[in-house]
Amino acid sequence: MIQAILVFNNHGKPRLVRFYQRFPEEIQQQIVRETFHLVLKRDDNICNFLEGGSLIGGSDYKLIYRHYATLYFVFCVDSSESELGILDLIQVHLPVVFFTAPKVFVETLDKCFENVCELDLIFHMDKVHYILQEVVMGGMVLETNMNEIVAQIEAQNRLEKSEGGLSAAPARAVSAVKNINLPEIPRNINIGDLNIKVPNLSQFV
Amino acid sequence: MALKMVKGSIDRMFDKNLQDLVRGIRNHKEDEAKYISQCIDEIKQELKQDNIAVKANAVCKLTYLQMLGYDISWAAFNIIEVMSASKFTFKRIGYLAASQSFHEGTDVIMLTTNQIRKDLSSPSQYDTGVALTGLSCFVTPDLARDLANDIMTLMSHTKPYIRKKAVLIMYKVFLKYPESLRPAFPRLKEKLEDPDPGVQSAAVNVICELARRNPKNYLSLAPLFFKLMTSSTNNWVLIKIIKLFGALTPLEPRLGKKLIEPLTNLIHSVGAGRGAERAVFAVLISLSSGMPNHSASIQVRPARAGASPPLKYLGLLAMSKILKTHPKSVQSHKDLILQCLDDKDESIRLRALDLLYGMVSKKNLMEIVKKLMTHVDKAEGTTYRDELLTKIIDICSQSNYQYITNFEWYISILVELTRLEGTRHGHLIAAQMLDVAIRVKAIRKFAVSQMSSLLDSAHLLASSTQRNGICEVLYAAAWICGEFSEHLQEPHHTLEAMLRPKVTTLPGHIQAVYVQNVVKLYASILQQKEQAGEAEGAQAVTQLMVDRLPQFVQSADLEVQERASCILQLVKHIQKLQAKDVPVAEEVSALFAGELNPVAPKAQKKVPVPEGLDLDAWINEPLSDSESEDERPRAVFHEEEQRRPKHRPSEADEEELARRREARKQEQANNPFYIKSSPSPQKRYQDTPGVEHIPVVQIDLSVPLKVPGLPMSDQYVKLEEERRHQQKLEKDKRRKKRKEKEKKGKRRHGSLPTESDEDIAPAQQVDIVTEEMPENALPSDEDDKDPNDPYRALDIDLDKPLADSEKLPIQKHRNAETSKSPEKEDVPVAEKKSKKPKKKEKKHKEKGRDKEKKKEKEKKAADLDFWLSTTPPPAPAPAPVPSTEEAGVNPVTASKDECEDTKTEAQGEEDGAEGQEQDKKSPKPRKKKHKKEKEERTKGKKSKKQPPGSEEAAGEAAREPVQNGAPEEEPLPPESSYSLLAENSYIKMTCDVRGSLQEDSQVTVAIVLENRSNSVLKGMELSVLDSLNARMARPQGSSVHDGVPVPFQLPPGVSNEAQFVFTIQSVVTAQKLKGTLSFIAKNDEGATQEKLDFRLHFSCSSYLVTTPCYSDAFAKLLESGDLSMSSVKVDGIQLSFQNLLAKICFHHHFSVVERVDSCASMYSRSIQGHHVCLLVKKGENSVSVDGKCSDPTLLSNLLEEMKATLAKC
Repeated sequence: MIQAILVFNNHGKPRLVRFYQRFPEEIQQQIVRETFHLVLKRDDNICNFLEGGSLIGGSDYKLIYRHYATLYFVFCVDSSESELGILDLIQVHLPVVFFTAPKVFVETLDKCFENVCELDLIFHMDKVHYILQEVVMGGMVLETNMNEIVAQIEAQNRLEKSEGGLSAAPARAVSAVKNINLPEIPRNINIGDLNIKVPNLSQFV
Repeated sequence: MALKMVKGSIDRMFDKNLQDLVRGIRNHKEDEAKYISQCIDEIKQELKQDNIAVKANAVCKLTYLQMLGYDISWAAFNIIEVMSASKFTFKRIGYLAASQSFHEGTDVIMLTTNQIRKDLSSPSQYDTGVALTGLSCFVTPDLARDLANDIMTLMSHTKPYIRKKAVLIMYKVFLKYPESLRPAFPRLKEKLEDPDPGVQSAAVNVICELARRNPKNYLSLAPLFFKLMTSSTNNWVLIKIIKLFGALTPLEPRLGKKLIEPLTNLIHSVGAGRGAERAVFAVLISLSSGMPNHSASIQVRPARAGASPPLKYLGLLAMSKILKTHPKSVQSHKDLILQCLDDKDESIRLRALDLLYGMVSKKNLMEIVKKLMTHVDKAEGTTYRDELLTKIIDICSQSNYQYITNFEWYISILVELTRLEGTRHGHLIAAQMLDVAIRVKAIRKFAVSQMSSLLDSAHLLASSTQRNGICEVLYAAAWICGEFSEHLQEPHHTLEAMLRPKVTTLPGHIQAVYVQNVVKLYASILQQKEQAGEAEGAQAVTQLMVDRLPQFVQSADLEVQERASCILQLVKHIQKLQAKDVPVAEEVSALFAGELNPVAPKAQKKVPVPEGLDLDAWINEPLSDSESEDERPRAVFHEEEQRRPKHRPSEADEEELARRREARKQEQANNPFYIKSSPSPQKRYQDTPGVEHIPVVQIDLSVPLKVPGLPMSDQYVKLEEERRHQQKLEKDKRRKKRKEKEKKGKRRHGSLPTESDEDIAPAQQVDIVTEEMPENALPSDEDDKDPNDPYRALDIDLDKPLADSEKLPIQKHRNAETSKSPEKEDVPVAEKKSKKPKKKEKKHKEKGRDKEKKKEKEKKAADLDFWLSTTPPPAPAPAPVPSTEEAGVNPVTASKDECEDTKTEAQGEEDGAEGQEQDKKSPKPRKKKHKKEKEERTKGKKSKKQPPGSEEAAGEAAREPVQNGAPEEEPLPPESSYSLLAENSYIKMTCDVRGSLQEDSQVTVAIVLENRSNSVLKGMELSVLDSLNARMARPQGSSVHDGVPVPFQLPPGVSNEAQFVFTIQSVVTAQKLKGTLSFIAKNDEGATQEKLDFRLHFSCSSYLVTTPCYSDAFAKLLESGDLSMSSVKVDGIQLSFQNLLAKICFHHHFSVVERVDSCASMYSRSIQGHHVCLLVKKGENSVSVDGKCSDPTLLSNLLEEMKATLAKC
């Protein structure tokens, strides 16, 4: 079982925190911090296995991590999932196409966000979660085939679009307006002006 | 209303969405907390609105804040609202928030049950998917119980996307609601063969996870996984399966053998190419499987030598696995492993340490520990240093100090370890010191001298603040010096050291030990002084005590204070006596008389409860309420008064004390509840030689060592080497002498093989006193299990058939899945209420079920046995006579009972063939798969049978008529074995005759009709020409010449079974009945009337019903004398006796009563109640069968049939 999946940046800011075992929020943050410090002091060229983060569990658990650009992807797994890391490793050395959860996760992110960068994760945490849900479910690896994962995610995105989405065009427009930083303007608009737009708005309700 | 909506929309427009929130937080770096609390207020406002979109947006933002560490449990109800939105977009947000924040303590979680159930049955697969994903994160026992059945239904959903999620989530459900495991397991097993690879991998994943914790329950799945392993192309699944086998092999050693070949193939096929790649894969496999085969272990070294750090790590990991099985091959890599200790990567160093633990021997212990000690000095970072320390102690103390040859060396190592600063493991060192000093008697003197110098050196006291710090060692030092004070060189000096004012800065519990042991020391000093006649010296010591003890009396620690003041008074009293010149030493020493024996930590638990003692029973009946209240206190008071005088004379004279001690000893000896494995030798008062009772490990003697000054462990290493060298030389000499005597010509010099461990004699005579255990302690390992382990609940026997009570609770009235599920027999999902069987019926049923359970279990075992047996399986029990003329009957009824007694391979064969299909119990689907599976299996069998040198099997295979379809291989339930009846281009008939005990003189003929053409067969009728002896049971009103219609039609390629009942007049002779099957074949071109003739054969064996018989009943039967006897002998039998018996059991429905060497008695009964007893004896190449039966004709016919069967062996 995978106990937790953490993504944080080079400064230890959490970008994704997914625990498959209940910890109170403070403890979660503490674990993130501790893991960050453990990972940070390791060179990039030493092995990406780490034993015994004290908070998350006993000797049965390992941390398997990868460092991509500004982000650390950390999987905390017990011995039954240690293959995750092993396979990961093999992929580096073998031409044989092996699956690895961290890698598939990152590559799927890459595909869905088109060249994923930290900013994507920052602003679309919910989407990252939805992608992760197609790879790992309840702490167990759900799907190993990337095409399948991407297909399912796209299908769900289409479904969301057909429903109008949560933050479709107008909301974006508004946030654009807000970015111009003209707090007065919206208040000055009288109802009469807005009435023109109302029919459009109703579809987002 | 419209206006409200408009207003909502406008509000909505100015809400922040997630992106805005993130942006805002990034823009408020200085006052982030303030900004967020402002946002949370906004969110609270948003949550109050009716608009679900607004709510969803708010919940989405909350999820983000949760990640930042903010508690959002207050919004749980709003999250549920969003979860129940109809739009997927909102639903998904709701479930995400729930999965992040809900847990078992969330009280509103029970409100979700119906919502989740609704979503699970939603027509949109993504609604269902989102619900499953969410549920997987917050499933509680209640949810698991309520939803288990719904999820099970989803396991057969049409969409693989849902199926795989449903399969995976079952594991979570099992964890929370273990009762669901058994009902769900058949379907889970089925999913292993799902056409969708995703579903398959999910099922493998779940079963592997289950099997990791309780492997033995999944042993029966081994054949299935084996098949998957050889056929799967998904590497992920492959690794999982290999890992699963790794868990299974320890339970079933034969499995390992079977796996070697496919694993080697895997290594070669996957890693074909460069050597390093193969090595990696070999490592991987040996790692996962835990059973390194030869090639794997060879490959490991290159992998480890390879410089890449992750590879090194894996190599070490693999080595630790190999170490368990092939310690030799790892020990040759000692150099490499020691090198790894210098690696800059901590993970690698820790792994290497782990490996060292397993590698030590008597020979290299000192060397390895020395190496480790240098690392301890070098190590930076306390974690690693602490790890080193514990490892050193672990390595040395493992298996009862097995590898330590010189305990002085060990003590000095421990002393050296105390010089570590800032370690957390002071108590560990202390425990070791105590343990060694108590258990190794010979070392006490040395230990005491070391400990006194420890007490003396104050450097330890400097950093004494830390709990569990190194000052813990003083605890041990003080105790050892006190307890074994007779060994002290300068007791007075030590006493002073222990009474220094600095001691009061130590932690309380250590001070308490100091106080106690100061008195012990004092007692022994008094003793010495008095014996030497130095009265003044004795008084001086007393004075010292009186002066120094008050510092402890003032201690803040209660324990210290109490002990100190008590002892101070005692010493003052002694001082008074000394002033009067009264000798006191004797009495003071008496305080500490007696020796402590080490008691095993588990000893108390292991005391068996004596027979007849019920610990839960009341000793006295609890007082009833009616009893008058005032009586009780009086009774208590009365008792107290009686008791008190007994306790008073605490300062009774010595004789009295001794007498009482004796009495108590007696009492204890007679008291079964007292742990008394060896009587503790009371030093002074009894000289009872109890010491012999202490189990002692004797290690032979050699030159004792004396190391002057404070010994360094290195010196020991040198000395030890010298010593060993000497020993070796001596031995060499001896050997040479001997050799010279024996063989003058051949002399081997110098090139002696390396010393084995046993050659190394320990440096001192040490008695390692084993820890005491109570007499007749229960040898149980159960206490190793943690009762709180959540996986323990999943330790469930999955082979037992389901009981009614085990069905999953369901809410709905109808259950769509019942009709589909092929294992519906196993999963009774009907409503409980609808079933109200009368009690009698129920009882009866249960009985039957019990029986079934038993049978099933045995069958499984046999399956596995068969599958695992590497020897070519004996002839797979061919039909009695496979040719058409005799093919009428292959009577195999209830063959399971025999396997109870014999469990032979042949039996296993039968069951094995069928076992794989046995989960598909319902007849219809089974029949459909019939043909395909049969073919597959025959293929499989063939290949299995081919191992060279198995003439027997090969011959058997050749003899088997292929078109016969090898009836015994048919995947049918174990109680049947079908033989070919007749066949043509349209149809194939196979049949089986079963006798039944219930209905006298009746046999049931089950005929399987298989359509081989591409036309539909209908209007089938079976007509049989009755004989005088056998009559077919026909529907009422039909004449003897009418046929009996077959109650079904057969579409192309389908088979089905029809049953016909025959009444038999006399069972003593075999007989054949002629019959015809007529049918209409209809296809596109038209319909034709066809028929097929057959001959139904009733052998005498088919009238027998397997009946178990006990040997005493059997003996009575033989004695009764009303049985006639006959015998038969068959020559040229190569078959093993075991298989032979199995054959007789299987084909002739006998059960083994008793078996002694190559002789067995067997029993069976006919449907008309004839007893048949057999005595089977196997000679060199022949078998003789003596039979006794109440009917001579039956017996002779039976023996003839048996002869025919045996002749084929």
